Amino acid sequence: MTHRMKRREFLTIPAAAIGGTLLYTLGGEAFRLQAQGNKQDGNIQVPLRFFTAEEARVVSAACARIFPSDSNGPGATEAAVVIYIDRQLAGPYGRDKYRYTKGPFIESLPEHGYQGKENPREIYRAGVQALGNFAALSLADQDAKLVSIEQSSFFRLLRTHTIEGMFADPMHGGNAGLIGWQLIGFPGPQMSYRNEIDKHFGQPFRPKPASLQQIMRRTGQPWEDEKT
Amino acid sequence: MTNLKPVDVAIIGGGWTGLAMANELAGRTSQSVLVLERGIPRKTADYALDMDELDYAIRLRMMQNIADETITHRHSARATAVPVRQYGSFLPGSGVGGAGEHWNGASWRFLPELFTLRSHLNQKHGAAKLPADLAVQDWGVTYGDLEPHYWHAEQMLGVSGKAGNLKGKTVAGGNPFEAPRQNEYPLPPLKDAYLSTLFAEGAKKLGYHPYPQPAANLSETYRNPDGITRAACSYCGYCERFGCMVGAKAQPSNTLMPLLARRKNFELRTGAWVRRIVHRDGHATGVEYVDARGEEFFQPAGVVVVATFTLNNTRLLYLSKIGTPYDPASGKGALGRNLTHQTDGTTPIFFDKPLNSFMGTGALSMRISDFDGDRALNGSEGLLRMGMLGTNSFGNRPIASFDALPRGSVKRNWGSEWKAAALKWRDRNAGIYLSGEHLSYRQNFMDLDPAYKDKYGDPLLRFTLDWTEHEHRQRAFANQIARKIAPAMGATVDDTQPPRGKYNAINYQSTHIQGGAIMGDKPDSSVVNRYLQHWDVPNVWVIGASAFPQNPSHNPTLTVLALTYWAADAIVNRYLKHPEALA
Ligand SMILES: Cc1cc2nc3c(=O)[nH]c(=O)nc-3n(C[C@H](O)[C@H](O)[C@H](O)COP(=O)(O)OP(=O)(O)OC[C@H]3O[C@@H](n4cnc5c(N)ncnc54)[C@H](O)[C@@H]3O)c2cc1C
Ligand code: SF4
Repeated sequence: MTHRMKRREFLTIPAAAIGGTLLYTLGGEAFRLQAQGNKQDGNIQVPLRFFTAEEARVVSAACARIFPSDSNGPGATEAAVVIYIDRQLAGPYGRDKYRYTKGPFIESLPEHGYQGKENPREIYRAGVQALGNFAALSLADQDAKLVSIEQSSFFRLLRTHTIEGMFADPMHGGNAGLIGWQLIGFPGPQMSYRNEIDKHFGQPFRPKPASLQQIMRRTGQPWEDEKT
Repeated sequence: MTNLKPVDVAIIGGGWTGLAMANELAGRTSQSVLVLERGIPRKTADYALDMDELDYAIRLRMMQNIADETITHRHSARATAVPVRQYGSFLPGSGVGGAGEHWNGASWRFLPELFTLRSHLNQKHGAAKLPADLAVQDWGVTYGDLEPHYWHAEQMLGVSGKAGNLKGKTVAGGNPFEAPRQNEYPLPPLKDAYLSTLFAEGAKKLGYHPYPQPAANLSETYRNPDGITRAACSYCGYCERFGCMVGAKAQPSNTLMPLLARRKNFELRTGAWVRRIVHRDGHATGVEYVDARGEEFFQPAGVVVVATFTLNNTRLLYLSKIGTPYDPASGKGALGRNLTHQTDGTTPIFFDKPLNSFMGTGALSMRISDFDGDRALNGSEGLLRMGMLGTNSFGNRPIASFDALPRGSVKRNWGSEWKAAALKWRDRNAGIYLSGEHLSYRQNFMDLDPAYKDKYGDPLLRFTLDWTEHEHRQRAFANQIARKIAPAMGATVDDTQPPRGKYNAINYQSTHIQGGAIMGDKPDSSVVNRYLQHWDVPNVWVIGASAFPQNPSHNPTLTVLALTYWAADAIVNRYLKHPEALA
């Protein structure tokens, strides 16, 4: 594990993939997505905190099958979900700092949830390794592979984290350019709906999305940045 | 262990009950009052940057750190309990204000008959007809005892609502089935969300009586009798599981702390984790605690008030060996008995129009009480008690609300087909929610776990708890009613059947956990007397929902506050003058 951490790993994503200009409609409204990121050669280099570049490619490909980019709008790739997951795993959540992890570990009923010893980092490391050359497979083969692991703890986490990475505030690394919120018409944190709550009955009310940073001009420290 | 300077009153826990008690005692007497709270300090300004679903509502940043302490659970006394390793069917709070900082704000009075439920059921059905394992008891107080204290709590919080029963007279727009009130609510109801109006229309068509849920989220700017002014709610939707950044939701930090901060005879110590109540010969001498750096202290006190929420109220009494542990086999002993949660259940409903459901506030609900209590039961349902039904507009946030689709509409819960369906239904789904009474049973109780420990090596609290046929029937009954209301409000239902499964310790239901240190009028079947004073150790008072002998259909906090004021009256007016057992 330590030798992996020595060299800083980067994920290279084409700028066109995240935050490229894209037009689509939802609920009868059009959105224009803003280009974002720092780019000279059309690529964005994102430093990874937990994954190796190879692992990140596998996770990114798997997330793209869970929440695909398709005729219904952008998906996990455009939202940079893999960056979100990388940061979560690097932080206290990935290390189970806030889960009860004292033994004895006994397998129990589904009503007692996950009772295992492995933390999310360990589950991902093993799960990604088992996916092998996933990123190189055809889309149909990728889907078949995911179907075969659907019942695993790894897949359950991956699916949950993909949804989180689509729709969490962008300060956590996903939902790039607020693409997830634009997709579903969620306005993000807004100060007041006092004059709106009892209007728009039966009609879509879709204020322009804004992030916490845009609304408050600052953010708090995301939990994943807490020193562990 | 360092010995500290004695105080008159040591209160363990700085949540709603602990701080309300502190404010009564420090404000009305010259006693020195110390609150020991194991979490961190909190104030309104802390919430300016908390509108983040992931950290607060998903990762639960404000809750008790479950790595340090959790509970264990088993479904029956024959099974081996395992720890609840991640939250959780309920969410214990931590820090100044406790769970009161991130609650929803639903602020209910209970039905009068709930306080004498055993007598009520005996009278209605005959004692011999009731199930043998039913552990329901009378409380030892009546609605009449608590009415003025309810009013005190409603004014302190600034409850927004509409009376339906003023001094016995039915008032239009309110709940005609509620307990009689002496006063109209301090504030008019909150605005109606679209979903509320749809539910109200549908319920009315069927002859039911919809009304807005009473809420501690202010409908208008409000100045309470303590002189504290708070702003009106903005329906921001970052409410349940969040602190309110404008102070519109009543929280201990914006109602009680401003008063306490001015009192010379009050002290708050945070980071103080109480491990034992020390007692000798039926008299408590103080408490032992560990501070945030791990240093141990003995704090001598004349009176000890235990206000740590149901879980630790029960656990601290066990750890301190105060009272007789309950034995489910013989039914003897009172400590730990009558553990209840809430019978909740949701019938999913779907619309062809968007609801704009991201707008809302923690207690914005439309309700009907036509089936509350047992007023609508005719005996054929096999039910003793039911509950309230309604819709909630708490503010749907995108992660938690993304994945609600009609059952069977997709083959797989990922991929393009799923994404299309999830996008379609995201803002077109809601639920008709049941908040039902969870009755107490002999086999549901709390004790100490033999295997699992907290971070200091103290045994965890163990739940032995499962649903019975009665709760399954309550959910099925509610589902039948919801299936009638849905079409009347322009919604469709899928073929989801109400769950009949075992108690699930992982999926959030509500933080309504009651029992363990119940109140009553006999020391062999209750832990505290009708004033919440411990039967065996009269200078120990145990306050909170731990005192409820069973769970009512309504959210607990207003009653928990009313009981705190009732107990405070007994301490100030009687106990401090003659320190002895009051019952
Ligand atoms: C998400 C959520 C929503 C809710 N919504 C509603 C609602 O709408 N309506 C309603 O009526 N109720 C609601 N509740 C429940 C409500 O919050 C509680 O009823 C109320 O806070 C109970 O007050 P309390 O003082 O008993 O406990 P708390 O407010 O939880 O305070 C207990 C305090 O004791 C401290 N403590 C515990 N153990 C120790 C120890 N050993 N040493 C020192 N300190 C200790 C804790 O850190 C905590 O701060 C909700 C709860 C949650 C979590
Ligand atoms: S919904 Fe209202 S009460 Fe709740 S946090 Fe927002 S402003 Fe405060």
